[in-house]
Amino acid sequence: MNTRKLRDIIGTNLMRIVTLSVSFLFFFILIILLYKSTLVLGTHSITDVLFSSIWNPDNDQFGLAAVIIDTILVTGIALFIAIPISLLSAVYIVEYAPLKLRRTIRPFIDVLAGVPSVVYGLCAFLFLAPFVKNVVAPWFGVQSTGLCIFSAAIILSIMVFPIIISLCIESFDAIPISLKEASLSIGATKWETVKKVVFRASAPSIIAAILLGFGRAFGETIAVNMVIGGTIRFPSSVFNPGETLASLIASKYGELMSIPLHESALMLVALILFIVVLLFYFIGFLLLRRAKKRWKY
Amino acid sequence: MNKRTIEEHIFKILMVASVCIVLGSLIVIFGLVIVNGISSLSLEMITQTPILTPPGNPPGGGILNAIVGSLLLALPATGLASLIGIGISLFLQTDFLPPAISNTIRFMLDVLWGIPSIIYGIFCLMIMIYIGMSSSLIVGIIALTMLEIPIITRCMDESIKMVPIGLREASYSLGSTKFETAVRVVRRQAFPGILAGILLGLGRGIGDAASILFTAGFSNRIPMSIFDSTAALPTMIYNLYSTPLGQSKAFAAAFLLLMIVLVVSVLSRLLTRRFKKHIIK
Amino acid sequence: MVSYQIETKNLDVYYHKNHVLKNVDIKIPAKQLTAVIGPSGCGKTTLLKSFNRLLEIQEDIKIKGQILVDGENILDRKASEVPDIRKKMGLLSQKPYPLPMSIRDNIAYGLRIHGTTNKGEIEKTVENCLKEVGLWDEVKGRLHDSASRLSVGQQQRLCLARAIAIQPEVVLCDEPTSALDPLAAQQIEKLLLRLKKDYTVVLVTHTLRQAKRVADHIIFLYFGMVIEQGPADEFFNAPQNPETKAYLSGEIS
Repeated sequence: MNTRKLRDIIGTNLMRIVTLSVSFLFFFILIILLYKSTLVLGTHSITDVLFSSIWNPDNDQFGLAAVIIDTILVTGIALFIAIPISLLSAVYIVEYAPLKLRRTIRPFIDVLAGVPSVVYGLCAFLFLAPFVKNVVAPWFGVQSTGLCIFSAAIILSIMVFPIIISLCIESFDAIPISLKEASLSIGATKWETVKKVVFRASAPSIIAAILLGFGRAFGETIAVNMVIGGTIRFPSSVFNPGETLASLIASKYGELMSIPLHESALMLVALILFIVVLLFYFIGFLLLRRAKKRWKY
Repeated sequence: MNKRTIEEHIFKILMVASVCIVLGSLIVIFGLVIVNGISSLSLEMITQTPILTPPGNPPGGGILNAIVGSLLLALPATGLASLIGIGISLFLQTDFLPPAISNTIRFMLDVLWGIPSIIYGIFCLMIMIYIGMSSSLIVGIIALTMLEIPIITRCMDESIKMVPIGLREASYSLGSTKFETAVRVVRRQAFPGILAGILLGLGRGIGDAASILFTAGFSNRIPMSIFDSTAALPTMIYNLYSTPLGQSKAFAAAFLLLMIVLVVSVLSRLLTRRFKKHIIK
Repeated sequence: MVSYQIETKNLDVYYHKNHVLKNVDIKIPAKQLTAVIGPSGCGKTTLLKSFNRLLEIQEDIKIKGQILVDGENILDRKASEVPDIRKKMGLLSQKPYPLPMSIRDNIAYGLRIHGTTNKGEIEKTVENCLKEVGLWDEVKGRLHDSASRLSVGQQQRLCLARAIAIQPEVVLCDEPTSALDPLAAQQIEKLLLRLKKDYTVVLVTHTLRQAKRVADHIIFLYFGMVIEQGPADEFFNAPQNPETKAYLSGEIS
């Protein structure tokens, strides 16, 4: 009897400690990043860092404006492409595709989600970049090496597809068929029903899916790093090379880790990245939880 | 004909085009990796470590260091993450905590899932430097474990949730404590789902580059101790992709990675299907 | 002379290879309330949903035979014309399903889809429909509120208002009171009695008592087959078939 109780108590408390420490992991991460950033923030004001575009660590200059612009461009373009394609695909899969097609497509989407970022980066480097260099950029009348903001945006959009598509499919599926019947029986076409009933009923989930997609795109390091070209300068076109907050960390880690001030600057970048992505995911998951509660029609 | 049907027609075309784009990109990526990867694969490639050759010559040897490195990194990490994951998910499920707190914890795990993996890499890097260690197998394992915990835990959590409450009540009424019920009854019922979650974590762990980039380092040799730096399939690709002579190795590694992803995907689908069949309602 | 608004001839419906409706021949008289009765699972809802071709949205459905609405076989029409067919019929489901929009927009939904853009016209129609179902006094101050805020009984009346807003000729009701409390159920029944003067009402119900209260015409379905159909008093007072007698006496339900 005694050993049984003892085992019980130890087991329970062990689980309790593990659970709490894991859950608050992100606090630990936040604290360490903050702590490490204080060094560079001691000598450089935050406005200098955010709004200057000159990044020259040897000269003590840590301006991130160009990097921030690049990040916004890459993420923005990627989502601009991914959102309509993902939404339309999800609608097709749930509402229009015949059953057999629906069953075969869904595993494909899951596989797309599981492909590692390096593999995306490899394909983008060796095939997308030359394509942009030889076909797309000249079509716009611009010269480019292909390693540019545009290429990064394209490969990112492909990585974001499965996130938005699978969340939307889950949400569309949860809508009771009688609601759609109610709309159809008034004489609406299937597309009108999708526009006015399905989208409206799923609106919070769709927004959550977009936010999660934003978070993913914003934080993607490796694939972007492999095709964006690594230049820190204000871009004059999307076919210029650039650097995002995430890819900067991967690029500069080697050269900057040895000097504390430089390391601190990089940690500041990581901090900014962390906070922004955290915000997107936080709000996104909050919306999703609320939407899931409502699904009990 | 009719304005409404024309609109529907146009959007139907757009929808099909969208699906084609999505599927097409998948097919293109797989096609590229498979075609280039298969041509690079040879017995030499998978059984030898890289042989350094004088500059200007293509590097010889294979990617055995990366293969072994990936296994040595991902398997222990997945094992650790699974143990921790089971502990946490059972704890959450078996009424130890009020639902408000356990739901908050679930929420935080969800958010942890989405954090870019480079953050985990940086976090472990900081700790590593602070302790005075250098990039090695052990640090890489820790970073991967952190990465995998949220994934595995939430998947396990979801599958345990499906265990009907009547089953737990039956166990309690026989005199088991909460802990015993957790371990004996709940775990067995949710087993296939748990396994699927573990596979998902493993797949993610093997494929991730950012978290091990700084923490596991790189090496052309197979690690001999846990304090050695080690290569892994993703870092091998990352290091070699831009050198024209190293690309065959990169594609071989990418091919292996994709095969692993496929296997994981297929296995977890089969498991979740078996799971649905055996569930007691 | 009774004119028949809806008729079916040799109607067979297969759902997932199950033969749900077998050789169904029925006639539904215009501007009367026809009740379709029978035990659960006998195909009543399937029959109802075949009238406005709503069955087609499900997978794996096969329909054979003829469904005549005002003499025309609607199964012959092209898929693109189906929304116009459905415009002729309103549907009231078992559980109320208000569209995810405001009370006003729920009713205006059908109007806007079919081309009405005049705001004044829409407002008037909304008011009239709400008055006809007896909701106007209860909601007139809060038309922009979300429809989900209403009680279940009010939601069902809203769905009825929504259905008649587009001026259908037929109102199809699928056990519309089964999810409601007795008071709300009574209100709906009263409304149906009023509606049958202007519309052809087809009511699926599995309570005999309800059919007795409101129906002018009865169709009795049993295991997907029509056993008996005819004017209500003939049906209840002089049933012809043994199954009908068994059902009426409560032996089978």
